[in-house]
Amino acid sequence: MIELLPLFIAIPLGGAFLITLTAWKLRRLADILGVCAGLPLLVLALLCIGKQGVYHVGAFLAPLGINLVLDGFSVLLLVIVNVIGFMALLYSISYMEQYTAKYKYYALFLLMVGGMNGVVLTGDMFNLFVFLEIASIASYALVAFGCEHEELEASFKYLVLGSIGSTFILLGVAVLYGLTGFLNMASIAQAVASMEKTWLLSFASVLFLVGFGIKAALVPFHPWLPDAHPSAPAPISAMLSGVLIKALGVYAITRVVFNVLGATPLFGIIIMVLGVLSMTIGVFLAVGQWDFKRLLAYHSISQMGYVVLGIGLGMFIIANNGPTLVAGMAIFGGIFHLANHAVFKSLLFLCSGSVEYQTGTRQLKSLGGLQEKMPVTGTTCTIASLSIAGIPPFNGFWSKLIIVIATVLAAFVFPGMLILTAITILVSFVTLISFLKVLRYVFLGELPSLFKQIKDSPFFMGISLVMLSLLCIGMGLLLIPGLRSVVFDPAVEALKQGLDYGKQILTGF
Amino acid sequence: MIFPLCFALFVVGLYCALTKRNVIKIVIGLAIMEYAVNLFLVLLGYKKGITLADAQAPIIEPVTNLDDFFMKAVDPLPQALVLTSIVIGLGVTALAIAICIRLYQRYGTFDISEMRRLKG
Repeated sequence: MIELLPLFIAIPLGGAFLITLTAWKLRRLADILGVCAGLPLLVLALLCIGKQGVYHVGAFLAPLGINLVLDGFSVLLLVIVNVIGFMALLYSISYMEQYTAKYKYYALFLLMVGGMNGVVLTGDMFNLFVFLEIASIASYALVAFGCEHEELEASFKYLVLGSIGSTFILLGVAVLYGLTGFLNMASIAQAVASMEKTWLLSFASVLFLVGFGIKAALVPFHPWLPDAHPSAPAPISAMLSGVLIKALGVYAITRVVFNVLGATPLFGIIIMVLGVLSMTIGVFLAVGQWDFKRLLAYHSISQMGYVVLGIGLGMFIIANNGPTLVAGMAIFGGIFHLANHAVFKSLLFLCSGSVEYQTGTRQLKSLGGLQEKMPVTGTTCTIASLSIAGIPPFNGFWSKLIIVIATVLAAFVFPGMLILTAITILVSFVTLISFLKVLRYVFLGELPSLFKQIKDSPFFMGISLVMLSLLCIGMGLLLIPGLRSVVFDPAVEALKQGLDYGKQILTGF
Repeated sequence: MIFPLCFALFVVGLYCALTKRNVIKIVIGLAIMEYAVNLFLVLLGYKKGITLADAQAPIIEPVTNLDDFFMKAVDPLPQALVLTSIVIGLGVTALAIAICIRLYQRYGTFDISEMRRLKG
């Protein structure tokens, strides 16, 4: 299994190459090749669940060569990226019919998936930067795919902020290399564990925080997201909101802070503050929106706040030598919400895409009564809305519940944490209000006479909507101890071990 | 001395990218940031206490004195990193300029403050 790890990067890159080479004349061939590249990735990712290991590229051993590391946290992200990627590919078959140059779309899409797979697998800082840039550049181009006024403007904004972020990350990597003499994450972790803490190390952490913070669209660094995510074609919005900000932003910062630089109390507080700011500001900006996709984009900022809050709380408790059980629970809540958000937010973006595909508009005020004309889209959108708002049987409820319980338990040791509990519940409530507004204006109410003739989503779009909504309903089952110990516990353990990560990678699992 | 200058160059680039209104100037600002980081990476390769004039290229020839080599040769790894980083920077700049051209075709101006269709 470990020998197959390079395929996660090779298949999408090779697929992108083949598509640009062969499919420029035959439209169907691009569809077939795209899905043919997505399916094996999905199967491989699912086969990876529960596995761990290190692959040495070119058989060069750790400090010299680049290694691909498969541990609990990487597996989780790998599964999310490839599941959502495959669903978005299926959806694109019908949705992208409205655009010309479909083969270029598939090529860029696969480049983006390849870059994200690389980011979550790599065990080398500079290699992380390279894959991050592959995924980012592909996403800049995909945001501008329609080449209309708004798309170009959003893409330029995204490109400028994104490259500033990447440059900060590269500078951070350079500082870290100058400080320790290594690029391999495991070796850096060991060097950092044994060296004195200097201001240069804090400088590198700040550079990483800003760089990855821009990629993750945490609140002071968020202005590109509400423009870029709605402007892209719907499957790309789903990929950007569903996985890109997680793989490039949250995954990378979590990995670097926990396993490479080491968790400190100050860093835990900073990350928690960023999380709380994202949660509240994102949700209050979202309530006032009348553009369907823009509203969803603001909710992405807010929901990423939950993820970052959970992870930051865990980091704070670990760094203060608090109860590790509570820390584990906070981290578990964070990454469980990360997985859930990937599913329901991509489903919501795909639903908004279906609505736009059939009606040609995404202004909430000019829509209405679509439930009877588009039953599949309406039902799946309702499921996703209830999930994101945290209504019991759906997945979003469970992860929010775990984060809330973790904050309450943390309050026994650190009394100030109760305010976090209050904020999480308040934000969840505002989210519910905002999604009731969406359902009320899009799917209920009176059908405008303009839309008497519309039909439901085409087959391939419908099928990916239904599969994602089944995931929304079913993911609560992952809480059952047997399943949790396979999927989430290795991920939590991988983060909780902190700088011991290096020892484990260098000596083998 | 040279490291703070390098950082100053980085800040100049950042300032240019964040405050200029002409899209082309913003792209130039991004490029300046890139070059500052590349310069920083190359400078990292020099051994402590060796002046720039004394430093050697990291190439071992039959006549090379190895002791001297270990003391004076620069670290070749950052140079390899810089090559990669330059190529990535080229890709980003090319894409940015392509978007600028399209923006000019749509809006008829390079002024970013006149491109304001997205709000909220």
